Amino acid sequence: MSGTATPGAVHHQPYRPVFVGEGRTALEALFPHYPTRQACLLPALWLVQEARGWIAPEAIGEVATVLGLTPAYVRGVVTFYTMYHTHPVGRHFIQVCTTTPCSICGAEEVVRALLQHTGCGELGATSPDGRFTVIEVECLGACGFATPLLIDDDFIEGVTPERVAGILQGYK
Amino acid sequence: MGYPHPSHPLERPLLSRHFGDAGARSFDGWVKRGGYQGLKKALGMTRAQVIEEVTNSGLRGRGGAGFPTGLKWSFMPREVTRPHYLVCNADESEPGTFKDREIIRWTPHQLLEGCVVAAHAIGAERIYIYIRGEFTTEYRILKTAVAEAYHGGVLGANVFGSGQRIDVVVHRGAGAYICGEETAMMNSLEGRRGNPRIKPPFPAQAGLWACPTTVNNVETLAAAAHIVREGAAWHKALCRGNPRSTGTKLFSVCGHVQRPGNYEVVMGTPMKDLIFEMCGGMPMGRRLKAVIPGGSSVPIMNAAEVEDCLLDYEGIVARGSMLGSGGMIVMDDSTDLVYQVMRLARFYAHESCAQCTQCREGTAWTVRILERILAGKGRREDLDLLLDLADNMTGKTICVLSDSCAAPVVSAIRKFPEEFEAYLSRSRAPVTVAV
Amino acid sequence: MTQDLVSVTIDGVTLQVPKGTSIIEAAKQAGVLVPHYCYHPALPSPAVCRMCLVEVEKAPKLMPACVTTVVEGQVVHTDSAEARRARTAVLEFLLINHPLDCPICDQAGECELQDYVFQEGRGGSRYGDYAKRYNPVEEFGPDVLYVPNRCILCTRCVRFMEDVAGSPVLNVSERGDRAYIGIDPGQLLDHPWAGNVVDLCPVGSLISRDFLHKARAWELDKTASVCSGCSQGCNTMIDTRDNTVVRLRPRPNLEVNRHFMCDHGRMHYRWMNRGDRIEAPLVREGERHHATDWDHALQRLGALLGSARRVVLLASGAASVESLGLLRRATRKATVTAAVQIPMAEDPDQPLAGVPNLALRRERAPNGAGARLLGYTAGWDEALNAAAAAEVVVLLDVALTEAEARQVGATAHLILMGTHEGQVLGSAELVLPVTNTAEEGGCFVNRDARVQRYQQARQAPGMARPAWWVAAGAGGGDAATAAEAFDLVARDVAALAGLRHADLGLTGRIAGAAAPAGAGA
Repeated sequence: MSGTATPGAVHHQPYRPVFVGEGRTALEALFPHYPTRQACLLPALWLVQEARGWIAPEAIGEVATVLGLTPAYVRGVVTFYTMYHTHPVGRHFIQVCTTTPCSICGAEEVVRALLQHTGCGELGATSPDGRFTVIEVECLGACGFATPLLIDDDFIEGVTPERVAGILQGYK
Repeated sequence: MGYPHPSHPLERPLLSRHFGDAGARSFDGWVKRGGYQGLKKALGMTRAQVIEEVTNSGLRGRGGAGFPTGLKWSFMPREVTRPHYLVCNADESEPGTFKDREIIRWTPHQLLEGCVVAAHAIGAERIYIYIRGEFTTEYRILKTAVAEAYHGGVLGANVFGSGQRIDVVVHRGAGAYICGEETAMMNSLEGRRGNPRIKPPFPAQAGLWACPTTVNNVETLAAAAHIVREGAAWHKALCRGNPRSTGTKLFSVCGHVQRPGNYEVVMGTPMKDLIFEMCGGMPMGRRLKAVIPGGSSVPIMNAAEVEDCLLDYEGIVARGSMLGSGGMIVMDDSTDLVYQVMRLARFYAHESCAQCTQCREGTAWTVRILERILAGKGRREDLDLLLDLADNMTGKTICVLSDSCAAPVVSAIRKFPEEFEAYLSRSRAPVTVAV
Repeated sequence: MTQDLVSVTIDGVTLQVPKGTSIIEAAKQAGVLVPHYCYHPALPSPAVCRMCLVEVEKAPKLMPACVTTVVEGQVVHTDSAEARRARTAVLEFLLINHPLDCPICDQAGECELQDYVFQEGRGGSRYGDYAKRYNPVEEFGPDVLYVPNRCILCTRCVRFMEDVAGSPVLNVSERGDRAYIGIDPGQLLDHPWAGNVVDLCPVGSLISRDFLHKARAWELDKTASVCSGCSQGCNTMIDTRDNTVVRLRPRPNLEVNRHFMCDHGRMHYRWMNRGDRIEAPLVREGERHHATDWDHALQRLGALLGSARRVVLLASGAASVESLGLLRRATRKATVTAAVQIPMAEDPDQPLAGVPNLALRRERAPNGAGARLLGYTAGWDEALNAAAAAEVVVLLDVALTEAEARQVGATAHLILMGTHEGQVLGSAELVLPVTNTAEEGGCFVNRDARVQRYQQARQAPGMARPAWWVAAGAGGGDAATAAEAFDLVARDVAALAGLRHADLGLTGRIAGAAAPAGAGA
């Protein structure tokens, strides 16, 4: 099924705060853009995910503290948005669209090829080598260029099962 | 990055004129191509004059609802006693729709120009551009363009020397279709779950942080700058069908056509021209089965309805569907409509925000029934059940997500009963959901 | 005034309500209950359950009654075919994932889902053989359990913690039909007012561990009462099963506690069921107490009180206005030193942030203010010292320490009007069994001088009688009911002047501000 990733093979590291030094500077740069601290929540969560790859429970606490919110509130928001990872994911996070426009153009075949070539086996799982996590997502907004993949921040269009192996080569 | 097709003679490229022209992306490139003239003209007009011009042009919202843009702007208070906000809806997530992305990708300054024109018209000093999280490339392009615009004097404390302050903040979404609904978008911007709000109050009364707010789609804003530059009469004249639908419209065509992509045509252009001429029709040997013309949330049309349909707000309604966002999903006779309707329902079930009972439970239940039919375990009464659920999910909730789930289900059952019948009578092999 | 009222017709009843009233509240005034789940009068309305959709003439579609305000001339049909159909649909949607475990659910019998499904739900399920959503039970806090399978996502609990308690420890997590009520793993639902989420939950999703499996709702008798946990005077409902108090719940009083009560008050009931009760009047003969009848006991008491010139009264802060007052009347010929015992908490007041002037107070007795109005104003030690020179000392439902007992018992005649054996002193000449709060009717005066009635919730043990009845029989006056006792007391006390028991109603009146009789409500 579509949705967020399930727990993977990546091991827990001791938590290091994100909003110190440069992280703090990046956070404070957000403040003038919004009349409330609360409104900085989505951008702050992006900063966490960019820095750590996922949003750990400790990070939820840290974000809550710096923005004057409660951890429960932040968790409610984090779990609403599917792009925030609440579990560690592979080094490369692959999102593949299977909504109707892509489905009628063969997206399911692309998914099968991805699962096979990454070694993930199933959607949401991380490959044994920790390299990839593949999830199915709803519409990526590139319906005319089916099937699109979002690998980390790279948007790749017109993917066919035959192209999958070659594309994955670029992600070590 | 998908590369745009060369313009087709039946198109009228206005917003899409510079698609594919990498030189149009920069500030200097945009200015060289005549950009920011509309803004300069707008700054010389009063707020009321700009609104009047846009009202007279007949421009209607391009995001899906088709609400008259000038009228929407006129709802904003005349006196600015609290901050006014403009929110640009760049959360393009309606399946089948990929036009705003292309506007941002090739002509980010076209969007910024429209944004600043609108901000001037509604008295907003701050613009939030809410871009969906998946548009990573477009986000970078937009951030660069905003920096250039500040440097070029379009944004900041003194827009083009007018003494007016206008700022732009680009805000990234994080994966939620429903944030494309304007009140959900405001909640998301405020750092909340993207739950749609109850209306009233309407955004123009109490929107972002309870201040007067206008939310406009990317394509709408881009068109506004052209209208101010060329005048309302010019825009009004862009019309081949009903006079209440004016201007050009970008149609995103995907699915089973030879040349999928974005096509810009004058309102009232025949749908057949778009599908068969501009897009090259079906793949070899295939026949048209169905079209979802306005993004996935609208009723499905069959081939007969496509036959004489005009592409404007009224024309598509007259043929049993809606113009919506102009995202057109074309399906040929190889398509398993039951399976695709299940896919759509699954999309809505996944995206339901969980607030309203009918939507939270009804979308998921709809998926289960469709899966049961596909698995060859359907019962005759399942179709009546689906229709009854659809009725219970329509017009009952805060936003229209559950209505959107119901629309394709109902229209598919009504217009393509034989597709369902094939599964119910076990004459078609069962399908299990692939992934 | 009239321009602030609008006229609206609901199910054929035309009435005038203040502008800005929601249809759901206007309907209540028309005698119509619009079924609802997410709406609660003390919380902001999100209009998400969609249960309260009603037909409004000229509106293009059904409108949510909780957030739609009335307008002049509006005609509303809450029971039209279309409105009923919409409600039946919502009930069906709610039931597809709600387990039919009513036989083992604590909420059964007082469950709004059960009630409305019974009222207008479908007879059978069209959902078929799919598995229902399943999530394990979670412990949210010391007393609150979350049973997610029963949750209908009305979000009352989330809104209570966020908007009323000001402590947002609950959230809605995930979305679509995967959504559930979440709590931060590092936090507990242990706010001093958290127990209200159990009352607010319309189904059996949030349940009290304390009440778990104690009773079925239909076995309960309900009695209007006032919390005795502190001087706030929250209005409560005492639930008894077979003469045993099993639960306290808040009873709405917009002037005092809105719809809420704190956890301290909620759990403050076990003493009402104590088994070690004094069940018969006792008189001391030599070193031993012997049981006697009330005629004899009252005669002895009357004789002692009637002849004494110096009397000391030591009373509990939980004694009623009636008891305290008639005791004063019974001793009115003597010089009286009267004191009231009030436990004081070390913690500061624990307010409920979203409700003005509502807190668990430091003063942990319900009638300190009433006692002070009635002249129980001496310091405790001062009163104990006065006992040395007194002829009679009366203890009303207090337990003295050994040192205190020695001090008061040295010279005077000692009379105990007590509830339980732990209070009995060997030196007491008379031991008179009196009822506790749950066993009698009476009034308390809260910290804001509000005089509030409570009613008898359980039978008194043995021969125990209300203390006011005992005092009346010993010369306090002619009163056969708590109402008569109150009216007698009110006549004597300036602050209660003009207040009559019959006017107090179930939400009370402010002492000293009573309207003259006949002035209308």
